[in-house]
Amino acid sequence: MAGYILRRVLATLPVLAIVAVLVFLMLRLTPSDPAAIIAGDYASPQQIEGIRERLGLNEPILKQFVIWIGGVLRGDFGESFFYKKQVAELIGERLEPTLSLSVVTILLVILVAVPLGIIAAHNHGTWIDRVVMGFSVLGFSIPVFVVGYILIYVFAVTLDWLPVQGYQRISEGVGGWLLRLILPAMTLSVVFIAFIARMTRTSVLEVLNEDYIRTARAKGQTELKVLIRHALANAAVPILTIIGLTVAILIGGVVVTESVYTLPGLGLLTVDAVLARDYPTIQAVILLFSFAYVLINLLVDVAYTFLDPRIRY
Amino acid sequence: MQEVPTGMTEPVLSVRNLTVRLPSGADRENAIEHISFDIGPREIVCIVGESGSGKSVTAQAVMGLLPKRDLVVTAGETLLQGEDTTKAHIHRLRELRGTRMGMIFQEPMTALNPVQRVGQQIAEVLEIHTDLSATEQRQRVLDIMKAVQLPDPELMIDAYPHQLSGGQRQRIMIAAALILDPALLIADEPTTALDVTTQAQILRLIKEMQSRRNTGVMFITHDFGVVSEIADRVVVMQHGRVVEQGTREEVLRRPREAYTKMLVAAVPSLVPPKRVPVEGKLALEAKNLSKIYGRRTFLSRKARIVKAAQDVNFHIRKGETLGIVGESGSGKTTVARCIARLIEPSEGEILIEGANVAHLPERDLRPYRRDIQIVFQDPYRSLNPRRTVGQSIVEGPINFGMPREKAIDKARELMGLVGLSPDALDRYPHQFSGGQRQRICIARALAMGPTLLIADEAVSALDVSVQAQVLELLDNIRKQFDLAVLFITHDLRVAAQICDRIAVMKNGVVVEHGTTVDVFRSPQHEYTKALFDAAPGRDFGAQQSVA
Amino acid sequence: MASIDAAPPVYRRRSVWSTVLRNPSVIFGGSIALVMVIIAILAPFLGTRDPAQINPSARNQKPGYTATVRDDEGKRIQVKYHLGTDSLGRDIYSRVIYGARVSLIVGITVAIIAVFIGLIIGMIAGYVRWLDGIIMRFMDGLMAIPEILLAIALVSLSRAGLPAVVIAIVIPQVPRVVRLVRSVVLSIREEPYVESAITVGTPTPTLLFRHVLPNTTAPLIVQGTFICASAILVEAILSFLGIGIPPEVPTWGNIMAEGRTYFRILPHNILYPGIALALAVLAINMLGDGLRDTLDPRFAKRF
Repeated sequence: MAGYILRRVLATLPVLAIVAVLVFLMLRLTPSDPAAIIAGDYASPQQIEGIRERLGLNEPILKQFVIWIGGVLRGDFGESFFYKKQVAELIGERLEPTLSLSVVTILLVILVAVPLGIIAAHNHGTWIDRVVMGFSVLGFSIPVFVVGYILIYVFAVTLDWLPVQGYQRISEGVGGWLLRLILPAMTLSVVFIAFIARMTRTSVLEVLNEDYIRTARAKGQTELKVLIRHALANAAVPILTIIGLTVAILIGGVVVTESVYTLPGLGLLTVDAVLARDYPTIQAVILLFSFAYVLINLLVDVAYTFLDPRIRY
Repeated sequence: MQEVPTGMTEPVLSVRNLTVRLPSGADRENAIEHISFDIGPREIVCIVGESGSGKSVTAQAVMGLLPKRDLVVTAGETLLQGEDTTKAHIHRLRELRGTRMGMIFQEPMTALNPVQRVGQQIAEVLEIHTDLSATEQRQRVLDIMKAVQLPDPELMIDAYPHQLSGGQRQRIMIAAALILDPALLIADEPTTALDVTTQAQILRLIKEMQSRRNTGVMFITHDFGVVSEIADRVVVMQHGRVVEQGTREEVLRRPREAYTKMLVAAVPSLVPPKRVPVEGKLALEAKNLSKIYGRRTFLSRKARIVKAAQDVNFHIRKGETLGIVGESGSGKTTVARCIARLIEPSEGEILIEGANVAHLPERDLRPYRRDIQIVFQDPYRSLNPRRTVGQSIVEGPINFGMPREKAIDKARELMGLVGLSPDALDRYPHQFSGGQRQRICIARALAMGPTLLIADEAVSALDVSVQAQVLELLDNIRKQFDLAVLFITHDLRVAAQICDRIAVMKNGVVVEHGTTVDVFRSPQHEYTKALFDAAPGRDFGAQQSVA
Repeated sequence: MASIDAAPPVYRRRSVWSTVLRNPSVIFGGSIALVMVIIAILAPFLGTRDPAQINPSARNQKPGYTATVRDDEGKRIQVKYHLGTDSLGRDIYSRVIYGARVSLIVGITVAIIAVFIGLIIGMIAGYVRWLDGIIMRFMDGLMAIPEILLAIALVSLSRAGLPAVVIAIVIPQVPRVVRLVRSVVLSIREEPYVESAITVGTPTPTLLFRHVLPNTTAPLIVQGTFICASAILVEAILSFLGIGIPPEVPTWGNIMAEGRTYFRILPHNILYPGIALALAVLAINMLGDGLRDTLDPRFAKRF
């Protein structure tokens, strides 16, 4: 088991390395010159050259990479072109809203999506199944921001139940923190719920066709226990895998949701950085999100060992 | 005169006039029609039939496990100790399952929940149907595990299914099915997925358990060897109907119906016919052939090495059939794939007319590809479903430069030769049955004009009647084309009838090699002896032989 | 001569396409998608105005507003703004109709390009063993960057415009297609009929094109449909965030981005393009679901 976990950890290292190289190259091999962008439209060639020199853009590409990755490993992502302060510091300020939003959303999603999927699978082919699946297709077809504005219109503008914009730090009171997160989390969870409910249904349905389900029925087991003890126990691994993979969608949704609700998180930072062509910040944020995604999926892999005895070798 | 006192007491199970309807659009209206038979206490009744005969549907109907929407009981009853299970409410059915009727299935590998300990899975029956405490349950589970002769129950009770062998898993299944001493045990092909030696043990166990516990057994099988081994009475089914039923002696020795006669006659005998030694030219020689799979994974302390085949030596002459016999994992298929050069052997030589092709790269191998052709086990995956049969047959000759017209003429000729209509060349594989597809595969192989034909379990997926026909075809083309045949099989009966010589493999090594008659009459190696001893119904089928 | 088996059973297989066209999801999704395509093509004939024309006197109007404007020849004409106007006085109805063009062009081009590139790389990865490891590690790395972030980063690199947006959306999709194609290739090459083709001496390129490639068609059609839906969504997101296609171009995302400011008073500026967008994506997703259920249930995945 320790061997398995170690192997999984080591297997993620090359992925992380490739991500780092890709993120670096992506912004260095662009047709446009970052120095010219920073300098603006009216800068003289001398000014641009000065900026190139300052950013080390005249060095060979390999050396630039070594310098950059060395900094990254020390937590130094360089200075933001736009905000004129350390990117690491910038990220530190923006971390809490994003983490809060993500955690609340994931909890909401698991509580809603998994039961929905199981119910649909159990009632396979009936109207219940069709309704759940219908909502599911609808769920991942409506863009996050449209969902966001619909919710704002209903709950904030028309009913005036919930606050719309801004974020309150958790240290300033859990109540206010949660209250301001309800709408964003609901917005973000719609796509996610749609996906996971659907995948849960598929996984459980697949398992329900297995021979051991027939065995359990032949023993006289009740349908509910067949569903929970045999079907869900075996479907847990694929469901968890899907949850891990959909984190990518969640991250994409975070960017949009924060933008809709002007939550001062990493997503909003990304959009602002892109609009300002603030490359050090873009690099750092993308690297951070990707690493988070890879690490979450590593955790999922490790979690398999508790769910499936066949993996414990 | 009946050997077993059946029919004297009230039957455990009485199936009366049972009819189950198939969903619309199926090839016939009913899965089973007007099925009637009885099973008495302590009696083993074998339901035997080819695929599609409706034997499994019968079992599922009794258990109330028919797929709800697709298969519906439209007439008749299944009386379990007088109580009709087809009309019982689902709650009552659940009470009956596990207590009065238990069931075991074909695939022990998938019939157990992989994420639950096996002890728990046996105890589940107690948990559902009794009020026993956890410690009492554990004791009962240990007792039944001992009764089904599982080694070291104290340890094994906490094992997961993947840690057990196929035979052990089937014992777990039997333990779970019998722990509450049901009156009826339904066994649906319980040994079909097992190797012959394990099969023999499981058959013995089932027999022992049922006679000690007075269990009536409904034993579903397609294998007449198994029938002759354990049946008290036999019910023969075809296309959803009972063709004939009677005691084992009656049905196997003196069948009345033409269909039963044909089935019984199609079972190859374990006694090989006398054969004249083949003195033809050497077609192929394998010297010290080895295939080693080294999974040297990153990080694992020692490389995991699987010796799939080791030091295998044999030769085949033109016009000769060499059989390689062995259980699963013996390496027989690895040898076949090496010879066909679908994989490269790790070591050794494969000599065709003096040339060693064992390690040739694909480019240099091409000229030799014509010489060796292979027919695979699964007729449903051996032909490209998107291409017509004709396209599949002419592909090879055209690869080697034969003009299309000529290749098609040859394909027509070959279709006739393998017993199919030449006009069927334009049809697609899905329009043919399994046996017909194997004939097409043989035609495709023959189109290349090979010297050696490898038949890798080529008749194992076929029903016994079709199997006999394809075997006959193989034997005929061997004679007609003076072919060397490498016949890979796990089926001793088939091997006995078709092979001139036999090599017995175990764990990648050839343990015994000799003429078929010698090996069958006086096996030398311990393993070969055990293998032959385990063959079910040894004395059955001795009266007939192929060709 | 061997005897012929019992009468050959006739296994009738309904033509695949007739099965597909009977599937309710395909019918429903397909018809809506078709209507969208027709609307996009016929945009100039659907009573629309120039979607980029600014009318300072008719800004921020509610649906149904009527105004008198001068046409190209200077004549005064009555114009009804069916869906109101935005803060520059542009006709929302016309912009939504023309927006279908951009969305569908992006969706379809991205799907075609991603499938084409993914197919080639996937075939190489599946058949050239020594390249497989390198290609797949690279694809893993690309897949590890969340789709939308990668697209956002890529559009930030070059001047905004349709080609840049298409490329930025294609790149994150390619690894998904590569994985799909590779898994089909790996599973098909184990099939006995492919091995039979090897033993009858079929050269590798022929083997790939004749026996392996046709098996990728069905899953790729399904995957392409899902990619199309996803691309339309991503394009709208990029436009909405203001980093996609330039704001004067009528895209659904741009209309909504423009409508953000006055959302509380004029929600229709977001609502109507939102409905159009959701309907398009829903239709294509349903088409994809239907195709998957009828063509190939095994390989294609939505992400």
